[in-house]
Amino acid sequence: MIKVKNLDKSFNNKLVLNDINVSFETGKTNLIIGRSGSGKTVLLKSIAGLHEPDEGEVWFDDVLFNKLDFNAKKEIRKEMGMLFQGSALFDSLTVEQNVRFPLDMFTGKSLEEKNERVNFCLKRVNIINANKLFPSELSGGMKKRVAIARAIALNPKYLFCDEPNSGLDPVTAILIDELIKELTEEYSMTTIVNTHDMNSVIEIGENIVFINEGIICWEGNKDEILHSGCEILNDFVFANAMAKHLLTPGR
Amino acid sequence: MFRFLSLTGRYFLLLKKVFSKPEKPSVYLKQTMFELFNLGFNSVGIITVISFFMGAVITLQTAYNTENPIYPTYLIGLGCRDSIILEFSSTISALILAGKVGSNIASEIGTMRVTEQIDALEMMGVNSASYLILPKIVATLLFNPVLTLLSIIVGIVGGWIAGTTAGVITSEDFIYGIQYAFIPYYITYSMIKTLFFAFIITSVSAFQGYYVEGGSLEVGRASTKAVVFSSVLILLFNVILTQLLLS
Repeated sequence: MIKVKNLDKSFNNKLVLNDINVSFETGKTNLIIGRSGSGKTVLLKSIAGLHEPDEGEVWFDDVLFNKLDFNAKKEIRKEMGMLFQGSALFDSLTVEQNVRFPLDMFTGKSLEEKNERVNFCLKRVNIINANKLFPSELSGGMKKRVAIARAIALNPKYLFCDEPNSGLDPVTAILIDELIKELTEEYSMTTIVNTHDMNSVIEIGENIVFINEGIICWEGNKDEILHSGCEILNDFVFANAMAKHLLTPGR
Repeated sequence: MFRFLSLTGRYFLLLKKVFSKPEKPSVYLKQTMFELFNLGFNSVGIITVISFFMGAVITLQTAYNTENPIYPTYLIGLGCRDSIILEFSSTISALILAGKVGSNIASEIGTMRVTEQIDALEMMGVNSASYLILPKIVATLLFNPVLTLLSIIVGIVGGWIAGTTAGVITSEDFIYGIQYAFIPYYITYSMIKTLFFAFIITSVSAFQGYYVEGGSLEVGRASTKAVVFSSVLILLFNVILTQLLLS
């Protein structure tokens, strides 16, 4: 479980996150939703330790993560995987080398064992016969899947996904969402997904946090979101045609 | 002034991060070998071409400016040798490498920053500064002296070919000149300068790339700044080192 307590974050004296208190459960797909610029990515990166919070605490199970020193943080980070908005695959490495990178860096396994793990992870995300390709030779959806394979290579306890569907067509987006949900259940990870895609909310939103202008406005699940009394959330939800369709009388 | 101090402090904090204990030395070694090829071996061509023409021009200019029966012609060879060893092969080559290698480093690391590849490294628990910058520093410290030696040799050969072809000096006089009153310490002096310049080029360029914020425009700016700052620091340290080592 990941807990965030009284977290504040500002950039150039502009408060981006204001007194955030939220818990993310293990084995569930936790979603942070909100409009562009609402502070979702800053919250995710503050939790993951890529931004240093101004105030507040970030707990990974019983470890107060954001107060740890650099080396102690590094140890916890080995238990984290992250899928970035632009995939963030290393351009100079092939697909195989990208997925093997954390294994090279942090395990003493033989090359054969590492390649076995790489092939398992790539197969798990349905990437076949692409081991020797470079990221520039992959489609957007393939890049995301390779990035997921890299993120799960070390069997992480925590998985962070920043806008996993951005730039993908709806069919591929659903496949990525399903993959994230399956992996979360399979490895019993604490997964946090940042998104503004209502399809994702309806597909995989087990635990949803709605953030607006740096403040958490609503928490619930995908069944409750369509009937929330939160006006700002309703504006966000019903801006999407699919949600409107789902609420059509008689459906 | 505050901005200058802040940047300097940030630069030294980055260096502290760079020189911390590597996570896995074998991975760093592999990366260093790659950088030796990428930053070092790939610069052989440009250094060879530039040094050859530099040597040729120095010889011809020395010859035309010392056209006097009082001066023995072998001094043309001596002038060519000393100019190349003392100044051109270390300093001019460093300025050229600041343009080639420096912009390469800044744009590579800068692009990794704006495409979140550095964040990805940090997320895995990798010391991104050390992983990305240390192999480049080690590679340039190892290979740039080789480039300087190559530059000295090619420069002198260029001078000899230009001098004899243009008929301003005989081959015998030129060879006598480059052996005359040779001071081996000049080579040491040149190598010491090269090591300083290699460190400046790599660390300053990496610093510019590592802290890029924004997009491709900022990466381009960082690349330009890397070349400008490296070049200015090379010239500044050239004066300081010359005073310290030759006085």
